[in-house]
Amino acid sequence: MSPTRREFLKTTAATAAALTAAPGFALDPAAQTLAPPTADAAEVTLAQEALDAARSAGASYADVRVGRYRQQQISTRERQITGVGDRESYGLGVRTLVDGRWGFAATSRMSRGAVRQAALEAVAMSKAARAVGGRRVELALVAPVTGTWITPARVDPLEVPIEDKVALLLAANEAALRVKGVQFVNSGLALLREVKTLVTSEGTNVTQTVIRVGPSFSATAVGAGDFQSYSEELAPRGQGWEYVESLDMPGNAERWASLAVEKLTAKSVEPGSYDLILDPTNLWLTIHESIGHATELDRAIGEEANYAGTSFVAPPEKVIGQLRYGPAFMNVRADRTQEGSLARVAWDDEGVPADSWLLVDQGLFVDYQTTREQVSRIQALTGVSRSHACSFAEGWDAVQFQRMPNVSLLPGEEDLSLDDIVAETERGIVIRNRGSWSIDNQRYNFQFSGQQFQEVRNGRIVGPLRDVAYQASTPAFWASMDMIGGASSYWMGGTFSDGKGEPAQASSVSHGCVPARFRNVRILNTGRTA
Amino acid sequence: MSRLGHQDTAQSPVGATAPAVGAGQLLTRDQARALADRVLRLSAADQTRVTIVSRRGGNTRFAEGSISTSGSAEDTSVTVVATIGRRQASASTNVLDDASLARTVEMAARLARLSPEDPELMPELGPQAYASVPAFVLRTADLDPESRAQAVGRAIEAAAAAGKAAGEVFSAGFLEAAASAVAVATSNGLFAYHQTTDASFSMTVRTPDGTGSGWAGAGARDWGALDTGTIGTIAAEKAAASRRPGAIAPGLYTAVLEPAAVTDLVPLLAGALNARAADEGRSPFSRPGGGTRIGERVVDERVTFYSDPADPSLLGQPFDAEGLPIRRTVWIDKGVLRSLFYTRFWAQKHGSEPTGFPALGGLALIGGTKSTEELVAECDYGILVTHFFYIRSLDPRTVLNTGLTRDGTFLIQKGRVTRSLKNFRWNESPLLMLNRLEDIGRSELTAPGRLMPALRISGFDFSSLSDAV
Repeated sequence: MSPTRREFLKTTAATAAALTAAPGFALDPAAQTLAPPTADAAEVTLAQEALDAARSAGASYADVRVGRYRQQQISTRERQITGVGDRESYGLGVRTLVDGRWGFAATSRMSRGAVRQAALEAVAMSKAARAVGGRRVELALVAPVTGTWITPARVDPLEVPIEDKVALLLAANEAALRVKGVQFVNSGLALLREVKTLVTSEGTNVTQTVIRVGPSFSATAVGAGDFQSYSEELAPRGQGWEYVESLDMPGNAERWASLAVEKLTAKSVEPGSYDLILDPTNLWLTIHESIGHATELDRAIGEEANYAGTSFVAPPEKVIGQLRYGPAFMNVRADRTQEGSLARVAWDDEGVPADSWLLVDQGLFVDYQTTREQVSRIQALTGVSRSHACSFAEGWDAVQFQRMPNVSLLPGEEDLSLDDIVAETERGIVIRNRGSWSIDNQRYNFQFSGQQFQEVRNGRIVGPLRDVAYQASTPAFWASMDMIGGASSYWMGGTFSDGKGEPAQASSVSHGCVPARFRNVRILNTGRTA
Repeated sequence: MSRLGHQDTAQSPVGATAPAVGAGQLLTRDQARALADRVLRLSAADQTRVTIVSRRGGNTRFAEGSISTSGSAEDTSVTVVATIGRRQASASTNVLDDASLARTVEMAARLARLSPEDPELMPELGPQAYASVPAFVLRTADLDPESRAQAVGRAIEAAAAAGKAAGEVFSAGFLEAAASAVAVATSNGLFAYHQTTDASFSMTVRTPDGTGSGWAGAGARDWGALDTGTIGTIAAEKAAASRRPGAIAPGLYTAVLEPAAVTDLVPLLAGALNARAADEGRSPFSRPGGGTRIGERVVDERVTFYSDPADPSLLGQPFDAEGLPIRRTVWIDKGVLRSLFYTRFWAQKHGSEPTGFPALGGLALIGGTKSTEELVAECDYGILVTHFFYIRSLDPRTVLNTGLTRDGTFLIQKGRVTRSLKNFRWNESPLLMLNRLEDIGRSELTAPGRLMPALRISGFDFSSLSDAV
């Protein structure tokens, strides 16, 4: 922030405070976004206490995260509320290195004694790990940093009156129930605000506020001895309440609900091989699973072998700069900087500044996602000496480890739309929105479904289909991509619940992409009779 | 193949009460009651419910033969459910000073006042009687970082020795032990308290040529029931045996599912047992033309599926989030659907008894006495599955799911395991599958609150090959 702007803020502080009910989350009138809060002095003192205890007990490095997490959830069905909840969680976690071995302990008791005790327990864990031996952790260098940041947002979703939120959802449900055949409607909102302070033994001291909103909507139509559901792909975003309003759920619900009814009489798909046209509302998740997870370095080196799995993009020395992921027009960017994205931050949970870099460059795999301790594993191969800032923990009570940034398929040079791709397709299927998804532990064999399926014949959409799933092996699938959309067709999906690690942690991530066509993909029929 | 060893169970302190609370200890019954009373006194709502969860746990994770991350955490959270007229909402916090608790109570009340009336709202329950379930084991609660590291060390050493034929094997795994106490109290006089411990250990061993991977794992309330060395040995033996897998064409094959694989699949049935969904015509247990299939045979008649928190093998939670007692419920008795999951509202509307959600009281599938080895020995041609991965629903009408096999998939020929197979994606339903039952094995404890057998299923749909090892 420039001195001029800071000065401006100071003089207008009273006005800003009057604009919002939440102290510390004043609207910055110049930037039209909420202003970042400063670090809480008492929390920084407690964090220093924990750092001192860790160092005195023998830690060569330590970091402390103090987190305050607010979540609000509202769920509805038809004309009633099924749940309204507000959750606050506050605590502190200490991570220590002794002889190159990690320890971590967390407590919700925010007292000097309790945080010192947590620090000592973390050091005890670091020391206990020596008995097993093995590799020692080396951290890539990072310059100490001090600062604050907040997700750019105009309206803090936690401060919007609950009546407005409920009214919005029930209006959407009412509109959906007007559609003949629709008997059930579910809608909901998940709203989050996380304030996190990181203090490290190397001198970093940063406080960040992350705001996220996640709306949802689905309708179920019941026919003779059958039922079909349709869920709209309402992408969660790292934005304020203004994003939820922009979706106009009440105005669109009738159209969404009618798609559930359409599925009741849609033709059940004939299994076989088809050209597949994936709308960005479906493709984002395929990117997440088959590129996002496959390019995580912790998987490639086996650290996730017992849970989330390993990766076919391995070993690093045989794939960096050598593995062809797809055609030459395929470029995949990882970043923590994209506007509105869920993984956007200023610094990761190791205090490393957010980064933006290519994972796939002109079809060739060139780099992984990394944290500080992972850099030395591939530095000689990539020439990159910094961490890509992929260290995150889901809460104050969980240890930070390598998590996915936003991973996005970049637009093609020609500004094609999905309709342009349909026009070029003889026999295919268009799939929109996320359905069922599953992929193996090395990210080869996947099977995905969707919410809306349309049959394409001779360049035209001829009618709806149902019971569709596509199954492929990642390398063959991306190699079969022969058309992609342009910048105007770019759209960003995402999820709050990317799971990895033991104990499992959730993380939020977005994926931007354009529509794309894949040749001769295996289509299954998932309908069965009981 | 048994995955459980037994250490010194003669000294088992099963059922011992939690030690006096000091720093980082669980809330005792008296402390939980005092905290609940504090919160209830702060509330001016028509009715109030308080749920307290106090938890502490530690874990050790390892890969590449060294401990990668470990962690411990302690936390106590309070959730307040406020009811004003027919309006209800909840708020929770883990900041337990008077001001924060008062703010949380006020937040719940404020959200409730702003919420529309809930036509399905049920009054909070009054005092209830609960089964006493001795699910707390002191040595699980007290497991320290040094003991965890030693247990991990034993597993890594055992795996290195057992996998020697395959070279220097790669080991990765996870050990976790946690203790928790849950209390529910209402302004109508209900108070429920339960404490439990959970210990689990699992391990994946990979061979240096990259073609073999084996897994083994176990879980129990009692840490003493877990033998990490044996688990390391089984995982390494599976890894070595699974090297250089061959491909067979995807299709319908007889499958022998080990208890761990059954634990991945059969509990999905619990989610389909919802009475309301069945009554509303959107469940596999809906009767065409209306009503439910209670009383009909829905799976093979050798199969019984039940929940029972007091069952010594399950040791589940004896009450749900509303404080409703959870008792023994037989969902499927010798193949016949006997019960569905009724909420209090739906039970009242249909003149039925509320059951509480099935999984809370543990899940047991029983019906046989044979070992996994016997199920294999009596199989002419089939596929032995160690466990599954990435299971996702395909069609709720049939509980059809997709997923993959992982970490040890083998061909069975004339009663013997003859070679390693490439992994498969499958599309299968636990409900339809239990109608194609060839045989059911002896049930064993596979995870805390899970009692599952091996199964031999005909016509299991292995739909495509996976290159994943």
